[in-house]
Amino acid sequence: MLNINEVIETNRMIHEMNLDVRTITMGISLLDCAGTDLDQVCDRIYNKIVSKAENLVSTGREIEREYGIPVVNKRISVTPIALVGGSCCRKPEDFVRIAKVLDKAAVKVGVNFIGGYSALVSKGMTPADECLIRSIPEALASTGRVCSSVNVGSTKNGINMDAIKLIGQMILETAERTKDQDGLGNAKFVVFTNAPDDNPFMAGAFHGVTEADCVINVGVSGPGVVKRAIQQVRGENFEVLCETIKKTAFKVTRVGQLVAREASKRLDVPFGIIDLSLAPTPAVGDSVGEILEEIGLEFAGAPGTTAALALLNDQVKKGGVMASSYVGGLSGAFIPVSEDQRMIDAVEAGALTLEKLEAMTCVCSVGLDMIAIPGHTKASTISGIIADEMALGMVNQKTTAVRIIPVIGKDVGEIVEFGGLLGHAPIMPVNSFDCSAFINRGGRIPAPIHSFRN
Amino acid sequence: MEDKVLKKSIITVIGKDSVGIIAKVCTYLASNQINILDISQTITGGYFNMMMVVESEEKRKTFPVMAEELQQIGEEIGVVIQAQHEDIFEMMHRI
Repeated sequence: MLNINEVIETNRMIHEMNLDVRTITMGISLLDCAGTDLDQVCDRIYNKIVSKAENLVSTGREIEREYGIPVVNKRISVTPIALVGGSCCRKPEDFVRIAKVLDKAAVKVGVNFIGGYSALVSKGMTPADECLIRSIPEALASTGRVCSSVNVGSTKNGINMDAIKLIGQMILETAERTKDQDGLGNAKFVVFTNAPDDNPFMAGAFHGVTEADCVINVGVSGPGVVKRAIQQVRGENFEVLCETIKKTAFKVTRVGQLVAREASKRLDVPFGIIDLSLAPTPAVGDSVGEILEEIGLEFAGAPGTTAALALLNDQVKKGGVMASSYVGGLSGAFIPVSEDQRMIDAVEAGALTLEKLEAMTCVCSVGLDMIAIPGHTKASTISGIIADEMALGMVNQKTTAVRIIPVIGKDVGEIVEFGGLLGHAPIMPVNSFDCSAFINRGGRIPAPIHSFRN
Repeated sequence: MEDKVLKKSIITVIGKDSVGIIAKVCTYLASNQINILDISQTITGGYFNMMMVVESEEKRKTFPVMAEELQQIGEEIGVVIQAQHEDIFEMMHRI
């Protein structure tokens, strides 16, 4: 029989330490919606999403009420649209029509984001892929809930530098198109290497082609719980610290597993994976930066940060893997700058730079995330930053990503406000030396030697 | 959703200690044919903490209604009363 202390502990985690299930994401395959007639494809997409996800939001609420655990977001990911629209979209505007249909479907079923306005181009771009990438600025400017991503590299295929060059330009164009909202469009766009097929977290979620027709993936969270737990072992050695993180991650993940199982049963949709990520929010006490400080750093970014993050990430996985039958997605601590109050503070204090963040992404998921940069940054420089991050992922056989937000009309030291879960961010300085000759070479970077394992 | 026959729930009461809290909650449970399997309480940090393990027939009173009514009783007597399915605690604390 349960004892009262266990019950109190669980409820404290929820009420005082912001334990929540960050997202229930329903992955829906749209491959069967493809066709040669755009109108027909749009109808099929809308109907399929609306029928599959009809009860997603209400089921999430039911679970929330019955177990007393907040389920913060209910979301949808779909098959990369470049594949679905390949045979009916001839120009970027055609793809934008599909984006608007996705947006409409998301509004109809009540989810706050729908991901999968994506292309997979790690080795090359088809005309449809290129068309979709060129449509991203318009798609993001003219929709509210659609999230977009492009996978431009992988350990197996190398890096598509042509795509990275084009994306640098598209990011600037998106910034321009959404400058009234401080470049918000780019908060809904991620560029990946080794993108997972089953990531439930936005903005990078899409439903991979290897997935079933419909699946439920769940992202757990709980930086606040980890922070409070390690507060209890202040000054103890690394063994004690690691054990504490591991045990806490186990408990947090078990809740995710329960929610995923229930959601899957009630919606009659198979359970896919649990994503074991520590996802911060701008709320105080829900921060990965705070955990790093509690481990013993004055600020995130101080010497020792990469090591501290490496151990944190590893222990979260070790604890989480045992708590769930299927683990996948990104599974690692997120370090988005604007969504984490202590990371923002670290940037403002001068402790955390873009270069240090890049080093940190070698040991955690997922990459340079929610970083605001000056609006006058050159497209080739943005492409250079992306290429660096993609190279880290390619060589280290991990997922890396870039979600970078040039803010038109603002410069280093100013603040941009995105609102809600996206938070606010100080504009960070970018290394201003030129890399355009590198980016303009064209072509692709070959797969690294350790990809040849056959 | 299928009828959940005899589902176990956990009711927690947190607040400043005062006369009649348990009585009030028990009266409600009894009048709704909800069986109490276990009850324990403790005072932490000056706050009264009570936990009850209860068993009810979903057909008689659905869980959301029970949770809602208990929450209202809590508001009337100035404590926080929460009802949750027991699985969340079992999952977290038992392997």
